[in-house]
Amino acid sequence: MSTVAIAPESALMPKRHYANVRHSVASWLLTTDHKRIAILYLVSITLFFAVGGFFAMMVRLELLTPKGDLLDGDTYNKMFTLHGIIMIFFFLIPSIPAVLGNFLIPLMVGAKDLAFPKINLFSWYLYIIAGVVAVTALVKGGVDTGWTFYTPYSSTYAKTEVFLAVSAAFVAGFSSILTGLNFIVTIHKMRAPGLTWFRLPLFVWAHYATSLIQILGTPIIAITLVLVAVERIWGKGIFDPSLGGDPVLFQHMFWFYSHPAVYIMILPGMGVISEVITCFSRKRIFGYEFIAFSSLAIAIVGFLVWGHHMFVSTQSTYAGMVFSFLSFLVAVPSAIKVFNWTATLYKGEITFEAPMLYAFGFIGLFTIGGLTGLFLAAMATDIHFHDTYFVVAHFHYVMVGGMVMGFLCGIHYWWPKMTGRMYPPLLASIAAALVFVGFNCTFFPQFVLGYLGMPRRYHEYAQEFQVLNVMSTAGASILGLGYFIPGVYFIWSLFWGPVAGPNPWHAKGLEWQTTSPPPTFNFEEDRPIVVEEAYAYSIEGAESVS
Amino acid sequence: MSNVPLAPEQASTIAPKIDLVLYVLTGLSAFFLFAVCAILVFLAIRYRKGTKVNRVIENPDAKALELTWTIIPTIMGIAVFVWTALVYFEYSRPPENAMEILVTGKQWMWKIQHPNGKREINQLHVPLGVPVKLTMTSEDVIHSFFVPVFRVKRDVLPNRYSDLWFEATKTGTFHLFCAEYCGTDHSRMVGQVVVMEPEEYELWLSGANVGVPAASAGEKLFTKLGCVTCHEGTSPRGPALKGVFGKEVQLQTGEMIVVDEDYIRESILNPQAKLVAGYPPLMPTFQNQIREQDLFTLINYIKSMSDEQNAKSGTTS
Ligand code: HEC
Ligand code: HEM
Ligand SMILES: [Cu+2]
Ligand SMILES: [Cu+2]
Repeated sequence: MSTVAIAPESALMPKRHYANVRHSVASWLLTTDHKRIAILYLVSITLFFAVGGFFAMMVRLELLTPKGDLLDGDTYNKMFTLHGIIMIFFFLIPSIPAVLGNFLIPLMVGAKDLAFPKINLFSWYLYIIAGVVAVTALVKGGVDTGWTFYTPYSSTYAKTEVFLAVSAAFVAGFSSILTGLNFIVTIHKMRAPGLTWFRLPLFVWAHYATSLIQILGTPIIAITLVLVAVERIWGKGIFDPSLGGDPVLFQHMFWFYSHPAVYIMILPGMGVISEVITCFSRKRIFGYEFIAFSSLAIAIVGFLVWGHHMFVSTQSTYAGMVFSFLSFLVAVPSAIKVFNWTATLYKGEITFEAPMLYAFGFIGLFTIGGLTGLFLAAMATDIHFHDTYFVVAHFHYVMVGGMVMGFLCGIHYWWPKMTGRMYPPLLASIAAALVFVGFNCTFFPQFVLGYLGMPRRYHEYAQEFQVLNVMSTAGASILGLGYFIPGVYFIWSLFWGPVAGPNPWHAKGLEWQTTSPPPTFNFEEDRPIVVEEAYAYSIEGAESVS
Repeated sequence: MSNVPLAPEQASTIAPKIDLVLYVLTGLSAFFLFAVCAILVFLAIRYRKGTKVNRVIENPDAKALELTWTIIPTIMGIAVFVWTALVYFEYSRPPENAMEILVTGKQWMWKIQHPNGKREINQLHVPLGVPVKLTMTSEDVIHSFFVPVFRVKRDVLPNRYSDLWFEATKTGTFHLFCAEYCGTDHSRMVGQVVVMEPEEYELWLSGANVGVPAASAGEKLFTKLGCVTCHEGTSPRGPALKGVFGKEVQLQTGEMIVVDEDYIRESILNPQAKLVAGYPPLMPTFQNQIREQDLFTLINYIKSMSDEQNAKSGTTS
């Protein structure tokens, strides 16, 4: 145990905490408290998730029948484009880092706040500005380029609001860069006395690796998007060959960011799983260093595999081979994590609270997502699977099965810390099961669809693909319900949930050693001092011999 | 439900090879997935809270375990990589003797032109058992030519040629899809590949809609567009084009370049980009004056001049 004074059990719900020190709207909109900013993000990304989810629903409904009878082609194309842009730039990228990372990193390192509280607030405003621009694009008629903005379609041919959409992604990128910067400085400079690098929770390591990618990668997409805008507005030939440009250059630049970005969308989720698995099996994590370094390995090698999105783009065969080889390698650190989480259960004392169920779900679904990544990293099979529903299934398994599961896992785990209240545990477990089942029903058939050859982004399709599409849409409705239920009980819990107390899970980690919800400056007393490694769980009567 | 297919037909020589990679990957993945899930469930049940089991951890040799599960997947990954790269090599190298067909993608249709000049739209007739090489280009955005039963796919780019080859092993009518998102009617940019017995194909080729054979059409264009005035005759102002295809030429920059489809294309559309050493920049640009298919006809004509040359030099030596 660290030497922090635990609040007396009687003071289960502190009278004053970060959320009720002030009540005015301005006190929220002008706050520099990382916890309040995290809540601002939580509310905003949840709204965007709902909007993105609505578009997904339209897409799935349209695909119930082979004919394009619900939406016309242009509308359908806008639906999947807006779905992708919103889910990726406005939900997934900020999800765990900007909400949980923001809330928890200062607590976990025993600091009063992030290194640059005002920049933190500024990041949220950038995000909101980007969101407003995106919504403007939507209201003015939408965009239809796909979230990948491939040229020359996006730069010359599309007649929709490409400029606004690109600007939205551009501004959102800066929000993400600044958050990453803030985390890196905080982790380097503001760790509590005794909190060495190898005592940091793996959640912090995961965010460190994520932040590196955000800082190094995001400027590339910003430049790329500016170039698209330049070509679109001033007709300068950069990507459009009829103006003297090179369309494949765009793909290189786009994926140079967007492949690493997929790790922005998974590493934080992995961080959450490491916290939750240890807590509910009352065990130290197995292979701490391996997990920590595998995050860094992913961040670094992840920058060298972008060409695996371009095996059929006329990229040279030899370049393709290098990218394929490195893609096989980048899967290894992910496998290491899965093995270490599994090994952590060994000789633990396991309980099955809702966060743990989500963590199990994460491991299963992420494993499928990662393994199918190999089918796409293998050039021979990728020439068949590329741009089919197989790819759609793969990335939903990692991004939704992985990251969204990880996000829900984390929210369920730290909800009592953030709000001081509990949610109904049985209902939460039922929702977790619904999400898991619904998810598989929605996306597993898409692997088969892809193998059969159904291309992605198709508004109409051949008759023989219908049965699998109907299964997928049916699954999506279960999934939708699974996401809806937590929304309801979380709101209920805010008002009527049982008081949780500072540490309802008896978890380790500095964030659990202050009140729930924490006071504005996180720790009532002096700064905590850390004298032991992370996850120093012990099971009674089973002291480790080693 | 019984009519739900679970696998597409295999109708090309490469399809079974690709599927074999797929089966092996599926097997390995299923094994790993099953192993992880089984161990996870087993541990979760055995060590759930309240069970009376030994929880004392005795000197675990964690390093050895970590190394095992790092090295084994790495080696397996590398092995699969090498194999799949070899299959890919075969896919990416069209055989020398392949029959050549031109494909032009355009929002939202496929235009096909056979060697004898016959044209079709959204349909591609090919003979069984004959390697076919498609030379493809786009008139606007990027498309992607995808025939699931052949397991082949290649992007079709504007202002550039990409190729794709296959050898059909089954007669029948199969789906042709555009796989790269290209706007409003992307999902309607579909068609059919009709694989026929070679004799039937010959018959079909000589049937209705036969155009002028590419070579003689090329000769006409070559004259009509005035290429002859500079590239043939007694005092040509430009380099002779006979026999140039497939050879190396020296550019003004000193660089050597192999004359291929893309180079000829560029020489016609943007002659100043790569000047041949020893010639002034006289050649006018034909950008926006030649249709995509005529351009291809011209290129084929220049190629055919080289073939004659090669054939002749072949017989004399
Ligand atoms: C006004 C004279 C002129 C006309 C008309 C002309 N060319 Fe040229 N062409 C040249 C010259 C001079 C060069 C060498 C300099 C260069 O590379 O541009 C050349 C180069 C080429 C080359 C590159 C040859 C090599 O050896 O690398 C090709 C191919 C070519 N022309 C094809 C054509 C075709 C096809 C046409 C008709 C559509 C055409 N040219 C019309 C003058 C002409
Ligand atoms: C475990 C290692 C992984 C490997 C080897 C891998 C491999 C690949 C490959 C080769 C493709 C390109 C397929 C194609 O377009 O033909 C791809 C697509 C994709 N992957 Fe992964 N992947 C892995 C993990 C992930 C993770 C963790 C995420 C996100 C959380 C992710 C998200 C995506 C996305 C979004 C796409 C498709 C993008 C698009 O075309 O719209 N992948 N993956
Ligand atoms: Cu990638
Ligand atoms: Cu298309």
